[in-house]
Amino acid sequence: MSPVIDIRNLTKRFGDVAAVDGIDFTVESGSVTALLGANGAGKTTTIAILLGLLLPTSGTVRVLGEDMLRHRYRVLGRMNFSSPYFDLPQRLTVRQNLSVYARLYGVGDIDGRLSDLARDLDLVDLMERPFRGLSAGQKTRVMIAKAMVNEPELLLLDEPTASLDPDSADWIRGYLERYRAETGASILLASHNMAEVERLCDAVLMMRAGKITDRGSPQELIERYGRDTLEEVFLDIARGKGQGAHGKGQGAAA
Amino acid sequence: MTETHSSGAGPAAAAQRVFALVLRYVYLLKGSWPRILELAYWPSIQIVLWGFISKHFTGEVSGAIEAAGALLAAVLLWDILFRGQLGYAISFLEEMWSRNLGQLFVSPLRPHEMVLALTVISLIRTLIGVLPAALLAIPLYAFSIFELGLPLLAFFVNLMVTSWALGLMVTATLLRVGLGAESVVWMVMFLIAPVSAIYYPVSVLPDWLQPVAWALPTAHVFEGMRAVLFDGVFRFDLLAGAMLLNLFYFALGAAIFMWSFRAARQRGLLHQTGE
Repeated sequence: MSPVIDIRNLTKRFGDVAAVDGIDFTVESGSVTALLGANGAGKTTTIAILLGLLLPTSGTVRVLGEDMLRHRYRVLGRMNFSSPYFDLPQRLTVRQNLSVYARLYGVGDIDGRLSDLARDLDLVDLMERPFRGLSAGQKTRVMIAKAMVNEPELLLLDEPTASLDPDSADWIRGYLERYRAETGASILLASHNMAEVERLCDAVLMMRAGKITDRGSPQELIERYGRDTLEEVFLDIARGKGQGAHGKGQGAAA
Repeated sequence: MTETHSSGAGPAAAAQRVFALVLRYVYLLKGSWPRILELAYWPSIQIVLWGFISKHFTGEVSGAIEAAGALLAAVLLWDILFRGQLGYAISFLEEMWSRNLGQLFVSPLRPHEMVLALTVISLIRTLIGVLPAALLAIPLYAFSIFELGLPLLAFFVNLMVTSWALGLMVTATLLRVGLGAESVVWMVMFLIAPVSAIYYPVSVLPDWLQPVAWALPTAHVFEGMRAVLFDGVFRFDLLAGAMLLNLFYFALGAAIFMWSFRAARQRGLLHQTGE
């Protein structure tokens, strides 16, 4: 089966600064892949390019088998996205917001889909409330509902549980796990929560200064860096320490 | 996975997306009565104010009755232009204020579909704003702009197209510069107002400024309005001039908007639409 994301030699420069610097990676169908790195590592830029919001300086981007730079409208309806850096119209109710996006994505049975989402994401009592009146956790659930409105085959999530309390964050992770198990969808996730990545992800791409510095499963990376948790691996990479610096593992990067 | 979404191609899917965005703005209006009130408030105040001013001059100056009618017609037609542009650009601004622009452009919505939705909502907002003022002038000043008949439709259509052309240029600026340029939305109309021959004929302008006025569709419309009111003649030459110029400016506005959209995608401005 061909990968759902296939990026080759992708570079994005802003003037003299290379936000993304010649990266290659693939995301396999049905997998949950994490894009990790410190602030400014290039994660959000990579996701923006994958969504067609940003044009790369060079390189190729194939999503769901299509060239995103030439035919993005063939695939945008099959993918979706959520980020705490975007919002929904504040004065519209949750139902109105989701209904607008359902129409934008060409959803057939809008009422049915909204009922399913309201039930699955515990939004039943919030549907008639304005978006602006919701708590951070409730807003995140609505944003996830918006990202699920078209039952995407590929879901891009930028810090889906940022600023949530542990209970709400755990709830969202559980929902994502169920969605993936039920639909076989692929997920690319940018996160700073390493426990989340260990729980959800099959594969991890580590970014630093616009480059992919390492990759593998969470367990492979932990062993390779001779650490006990992915958080420790993250700190090693973010601080520029090489793999194996702490003695346990000496495996080569993939 | 159940099949709930269409392929997204074709006119029916495009119409659905335009409708979705129009619906978003209608929801916004429906949910905020101060917004609706404000739409009608300024044009109504304008017509009341200018109505009394013209009533005053009608008693003082000979031949002022026609001039009073022309003044009130000019106030209403100017408001069509002004409200049309505001309706277009503010609807776009709403997306920037609510940090929703990026969400829209990662959906299957095409830029030209957004332009179409903005023109539809601009039309709706203009009618909500200007119709009460036009109706108010009938009992208050015995002036009905509807007595212009079919020429009114021609003026209305042309002014709306001009407002959309300007709206395209303003939103293109917002895309490039961000919310730091939002005051342009309110300022731009006053830039062309002095040379649009709204309340006075083009001949009042200095010779060197008259070609500038004739290069704008607005001057053709307002001169056409005066021809109907003063001479009882509908000037097809002025209508043709306005239509051709509108065609040019709308195409120019659309080209600038698309160029700005591409530049925004190159610079990463679509997901950073703040100041």
